[in-house]
Amino acid sequence: MSNFLSIDGLDASYGDLQALWGVSLHVDEGEIVALIGPNGAGKTTLMRTIAGLHRPQGGSMQLGDTTLHTLPAYQIVEKGVLLVPEGRRLFGGLTVLENLELGAYTKRARELRFKTMKHVYETFPILGERQHQRANTMSGGQQQMLAIGRAMMGLPKLLMLDEPSLGLAPLIVQNIFEIIKLMNERDVTIFLVEQNANQALELANRAYILEQGRIVGTGKGRDLLHNNEVRHAYLGYATE
Amino acid sequence: MSIESFAQTLVFGLFVGGIYGIAAMGLALVFGVMKMLNIAHGELVMIGGYVSFWAFSALGLDPFVSLAIVIPVLFALGLALDRMVYRHIVRLLGEEKIKNSLLVSFGLTLVLQNLAQSIFTADERSVQVAYAGEGLNLLGVTMPYTRLASLLIALIVTLALNYFLHHTYPGKAILATAEDFEAAELTGININRVYMMTFALGASLAGIAGTFVTFTYGLSPSIGIIWTLKALIVIVLAGTGSILGAFPAGLLLGVVEAVSGAFVDPTYREVVGLVMFLLVLILRPQGLFARK
Repeated sequence: MSNFLSIDGLDASYGDLQALWGVSLHVDEGEIVALIGPNGAGKTTLMRTIAGLHRPQGGSMQLGDTTLHTLPAYQIVEKGVLLVPEGRRLFGGLTVLENLELGAYTKRARELRFKTMKHVYETFPILGERQHQRANTMSGGQQQMLAIGRAMMGLPKLLMLDEPSLGLAPLIVQNIFEIIKLMNERDVTIFLVEQNANQALELANRAYILEQGRIVGTGKGRDLLHNNEVRHAYLGYATE
Repeated sequence: MSIESFAQTLVFGLFVGGIYGIAAMGLALVFGVMKMLNIAHGELVMIGGYVSFWAFSALGLDPFVSLAIVIPVLFALGLALDRMVYRHIVRLLGEEKIKNSLLVSFGLTLVLQNLAQSIFTADERSVQVAYAGEGLNLLGVTMPYTRLASLLIALIVTLALNYFLHHTYPGKAILATAEDFEAAELTGININRVYMMTFALGASLAGIAGTFVTFTYGLSPSIGIIWTLKALIVIVLAGTGSILGAFPAGLLLGVVEAVSGAFVDPTYREVVGLVMFLLVLILRPQGLFARK
């Protein structure tokens, strides 16, 4: 059960601007781990770096015995690390069905795609009803469901979600969080970035706080939820 | 003008348009997926023409049979050009990508054109098949077999490409990369491979167009730029995101050119194409066949 994803001393930059400074963290198998922090802290950069979209400058990333930081993005997907990116990034001109089929692009996932698709349609019945609709004609909530569904098609061992609640109505956010919890109960490890710190901390076993590219705090989700400093900085409560 | 001669004009417009369509689909594919304008596309049309001409004159192959050589040769050339040249540009971002892709592909145009001139000389060549003068006569409209066959092949290639893109995994990977290359990577697609396949397919389509050019028009090392421009007009008409829309847009350009050549004056034929290009840019910049 130990160190499923482990990140050690990760540095990343955009041009001359360093975005991550020696970030170290770990996510254990079966956990839900949240990453919270203010805008511009580097949360999205960290997610993109783990997914292989952004090359780190230094440090290491391991998934079990596999070294991730030298692999291109598509091979990281093959290892079972899937990212639901910020802003969903669907293939807007393609249908719901085509988006889901593309989600199962890797050899490992493709063989099981019909079974997985049935499972996705059970989880999100609306996607089944709208199979032949183009992705960019759906509502924000439905698009987020499709983005998660597309990642599910890739048979994730570690599912990373970057701001899944962004721009969605509270009721739909509730729904999305329930699905995340459900997936976790089905043995998918979850690593989650959220602005909505309150809800994220409630859901997560553990959480990290990222500020200006550095990890400045960590703890159990519930502990952080009741920590005065965190409440003040991220949850919008006055200090008690 | 009689109805027969008008119908004849339309039919010949469609024949020419089929070649435009095939050439433009290749350019549209590369533009849509790799997001760069390959000015050397017309040069690939020219090289395809020379491969077909060589197969005809040295091996005695019928130009339609020569497609079996032209397509794989241009595919391989596409793979090589991607590896040596375009791979280094496609990952650049923003302005740097636009500038470099234009400069490099323009440079490649000059290189390929001069190479063709030193290998094949600047003499104009063309292929005359034994059945060149034969054809169908339908209600007073003449349809030469060569022209009819090239339109038919163009149509089949378009349908095959449509099937490939929408119903096979490698094809869907190309569409996905065109939509959002990072999202494509996040589903496990190796986009370097997609780019390579895309460029090679685009080159193959150029080669098919080039084969048709050898027996429809003449062939010389300098024809490349004309085909790049025609293809460019067509993809703007179709809408720059629309790969398969380039085929009907090509037919449309062919017909409009032929009709204006017959009604206005043959010398204004090219001008009418460009006027249509401008009108579409002004009135419907998303193109005629783009969905959004």
